[in-house]
Amino acid sequence: MSGGQQLPAEVDRALAPWDGTSSRRDFLKTSGLFVLGFTGLGAAGLRRGAPGDGTGEPPLYPDPDFLQLDSWLVVHEDGTATFYVGKTDGGQGTGTATRQIMCDELDIAYDMATLVMGRTDKTVDQGGSGGSDAIERDAMVARRVAAEGRRVLLEMASERWGVPVGALDVSDGVISVRDDPARTVTYGELVGGRRFDIALTGNNVNATTGVASVKPVQDLKLVGQSIPRYDIPGKVDGSLEWAVDVTLPGMVHARNVRPPFVGATLVGVDESSVSGLPGFIRVVSRGNYVAVVCEREEQAIEAADRLVAQWEKPVAAPFPRSEDLFDYMRSSDPVAAPGGGRPPPRPVGDPEAALAGAATVLEAAYDVPFQGHTAIGPAHALADPSDGQMTIYTNDMKPYSHRTGIAEFLDMPPDRVRVIWMEGPQLYGRTAADDAGFEAAYLAKELGRPVRMQWSRHEETAWDTKGPAFAFDLRGGLDSEGNLVALDYRARIANYAHVGYNQARTVLIAQLMGLRPERPSPGGGRGPDDMYHIPNRRQETLPVRFAQAFETPLRTGNLRDPNGPQTTFAGESFIDELAAAAGADPVEFRLRLLRGSTDDDEAHRRARSIAVVEAAAEAYGWDPRPSPKPMAGGRILTGRGIAYAYRARTTVATIAEVEVDRDTGRVWVRRMVCGHDCGLVINPDGLESTVQGNLLHGISRTLHEEVQFDGERVTSVDWRTHPTITHTDCPEYIDVVIVNGDPNPDRPDLLPYGAGEPSHRTVPAAIANAIHDATGVRMRRLPLRPERVLAELAGASSFDRDSANPIGSLRDKLKVRGDIMSTGVRWNATD
Amino acid sequence: MSEITLRVNGETHTLDVDPSTPLLYVLRNDLGLRGPRFGCGLSQCGTCTVLMNGAAVRSCSRPVSRAQGTEITTLEGLSAGGELDPVQQAWIDEQVPQCGYCQNGQILTARALLDDNPSPTDAEIREGMNRVLCRCMTYYRIQAAVKRAAVAMADGEVEL
Repeated sequence: MSGGQQLPAEVDRALAPWDGTSSRRDFLKTSGLFVLGFTGLGAAGLRRGAPGDGTGEPPLYPDPDFLQLDSWLVVHEDGTATFYVGKTDGGQGTGTATRQIMCDELDIAYDMATLVMGRTDKTVDQGGSGGSDAIERDAMVARRVAAEGRRVLLEMASERWGVPVGALDVSDGVISVRDDPARTVTYGELVGGRRFDIALTGNNVNATTGVASVKPVQDLKLVGQSIPRYDIPGKVDGSLEWAVDVTLPGMVHARNVRPPFVGATLVGVDESSVSGLPGFIRVVSRGNYVAVVCEREEQAIEAADRLVAQWEKPVAAPFPRSEDLFDYMRSSDPVAAPGGGRPPPRPVGDPEAALAGAATVLEAAYDVPFQGHTAIGPAHALADPSDGQMTIYTNDMKPYSHRTGIAEFLDMPPDRVRVIWMEGPQLYGRTAADDAGFEAAYLAKELGRPVRMQWSRHEETAWDTKGPAFAFDLRGGLDSEGNLVALDYRARIANYAHVGYNQARTVLIAQLMGLRPERPSPGGGRGPDDMYHIPNRRQETLPVRFAQAFETPLRTGNLRDPNGPQTTFAGESFIDELAAAAGADPVEFRLRLLRGSTDDDEAHRRARSIAVVEAAAEAYGWDPRPSPKPMAGGRILTGRGIAYAYRARTTVATIAEVEVDRDTGRVWVRRMVCGHDCGLVINPDGLESTVQGNLLHGISRTLHEEVQFDGERVTSVDWRTHPTITHTDCPEYIDVVIVNGDPNPDRPDLLPYGAGEPSHRTVPAAIANAIHDATGVRMRRLPLRPERVLAELAGASSFDRDSANPIGSLRDKLKVRGDIMSTGVRWNATD
Repeated sequence: MSEITLRVNGETHTLDVDPSTPLLYVLRNDLGLRGPRFGCGLSQCGTCTVLMNGAAVRSCSRPVSRAQGTEITTLEGLSAGGELDPVQQAWIDEQVPQCGYCQNGQILTARALLDDNPSPTDAEIREGMNRVLCRCMTYYRIQAAVKRAAVAMADGEVEL
């Protein structure tokens, strides 16, 4: 960012009188979310001649300057407003929520504003989506900017009337004089169609602010309301234009041809195998990257299918077979993570000595396989190379890094590249490194025509970025009173070459072309995130590598709540095992650990952790008793389990109630209750929908999802081989309990914390703990598919269909030293 | 290539395409209809669903030649008169979609389900909708919306 006064081109066009190439009407026509019409636009309508960057060529797509109020907020003559934010909405309603906050601070009716998101030439670079920070961080910037807009408008009215600001009122975009309410002026009359020309301050976009203060929470009127999402009607009646829908004149269709064996080298392509097909245009190949381009979509599909190419297999197998994965991970030498990820927490106390002195020691191993994103719609993008520029229409959740990554990849100046984010099939990390946009842009540049790239289902499920596999080994020590005195957590993570955000050298096309980062970037990882007070504790996470680090479908990327479900599965399953060994109620055992210290932090995470555990237990009607419960007879066994965690500043406790079918091994999560504290809630219904999605996605990863591979390729390639949750898996009841556990819940500066991902991590352990409660059997390897559950039920030597002995079962499955505690402490709900 | 005649949303179209072309690509790329979307090409997910003579059919695997002589309705055609179908209204009332990519298939499958069985039980809703996948996992709200639509239609609040 140069600190110049660069505004979104459309703002410039609308507000600057010296630019006579378009009318304000055109601006309004193209600024509303539902009336964007890209078809046939191309680059033809672009204005050139924006302020230069000193290189001679004027920047075609200058970066909107975040230090200008006009970059964020435009008030039109009719009193409506358009907000511009550099975010993307994956369907969790962050757009609606941001608009609510901005309207509230600006004092304008919700229906009088529209919000534009994620266009690199129109919206300031806020990074797009990721990290559940849309509301916690970015909407707070937008909030401050909107507050500044209100302040400036009040100053304008004050000047106009010669009345102090303190004597003015404002409501729904109309300013009036308090003692003379007949004197009114609208925002549109004050500034409509003109620039504010107000500079903001801040060292970076996240620090952007004006001089105005934001309103106390109590004065916010739209915040806290379940305003219906503005994007839903267009998604229901078919009128919304998605990234998959954009068409341009002269557009052609491309499909990739992937190596048939992972790590294979392309020896030759026989173009004559497809050159006679109708609509055939070209085969493009470089390194091991191959694509076909045809006039029509179905022609490209056929050509990709028919293309004959010669590939040479690699000497070494690229990775172990999936059934050998965890043995491989435990037996191979870990690699030190060179700066990747956050450092693990320092050990507390002396875990080894404490374990040696413990009355009871438990050891358990947990395994979580690779899991895919498997978006409902495979990757896609359209690239337009006209007039020496490049425009990419994409659902990439991080359009700004998509732009810089593609500019670097194509060796183009970034100001000749723009990325237009449009709605697409989910995000959850997959589109933080959206391969299709790079491929479409590369092919478009090669052909000089707009190219639409579309991946197939097999390609997406096999080759999308993966959530890493984990192998965990935990040890815990209880004293003679059942208190947890030591916890040792060691994890191996198959996360050696983690792809970055749209990096020119880690997207798949770059890898296949032989472009490489200087060294792989192993993803680090911490242990489970909890506020338990455990006097002696150690956590270690080390990455392991496979023979094939690049050009592999086991490339890892961020998958919703990266590492959270895996680490919390191990951590909270083991806490449950310890509670059972202590004969303690699982809720009571956790509350005891949370109350073991009174230290808290700036976000009051300890107090808010206790609050969500208690709230979930109360809403569920938790009956305090140790797990497992006395075994029932019959085919269907029921049980309940809890898991708790925090993520960043959000605390979550989830209780799952399951039915386990002893005959089929099928697990049905019949009910879920989630206690959720993310601070200030902007849109309760949007939050509930987001948490519901997190919980159900968690059920899917717990019960179904696993990437499978042989020594040559990924073999789980569609919805049969990489299954997901379906309608019949859906719980009968999902209760989302919104908790405000802040010690001062009514404070005027109560902050919102991220909600897009935290509840996801609690699900696998809650379900596994519930299965243990129902059956006495501990499931330590995900996913909990029926055959695995059946095998565990059959394998529990003490498990008897009519009278299972849970303690015996626990002894069998755990390496136990010492006595299992039987003096359970009963949990007092009012404690 | 050969001449294909389709009836879509009450209109007749004559096209010159390869008769083996999946209906999905003709609807999207030749007729400009955005409701049906590509999800798998394998009839596994339901994202490409259209109604064919009132039945929910997966257009990704249906050759366009085998769509001739039928009445095809896409998501756009459900509210052709400018008025939302009760199923669509229920989807808005329940705030169902997240990303929304699969909702075309969910809505049209629900429409066909309710035509067959105007007052389904919860179990019948689960079973009837089961083969339509959603990766934002909006199943809970979808099932609530199907119930809401069934009630709205039974109460005669809306004319079918």
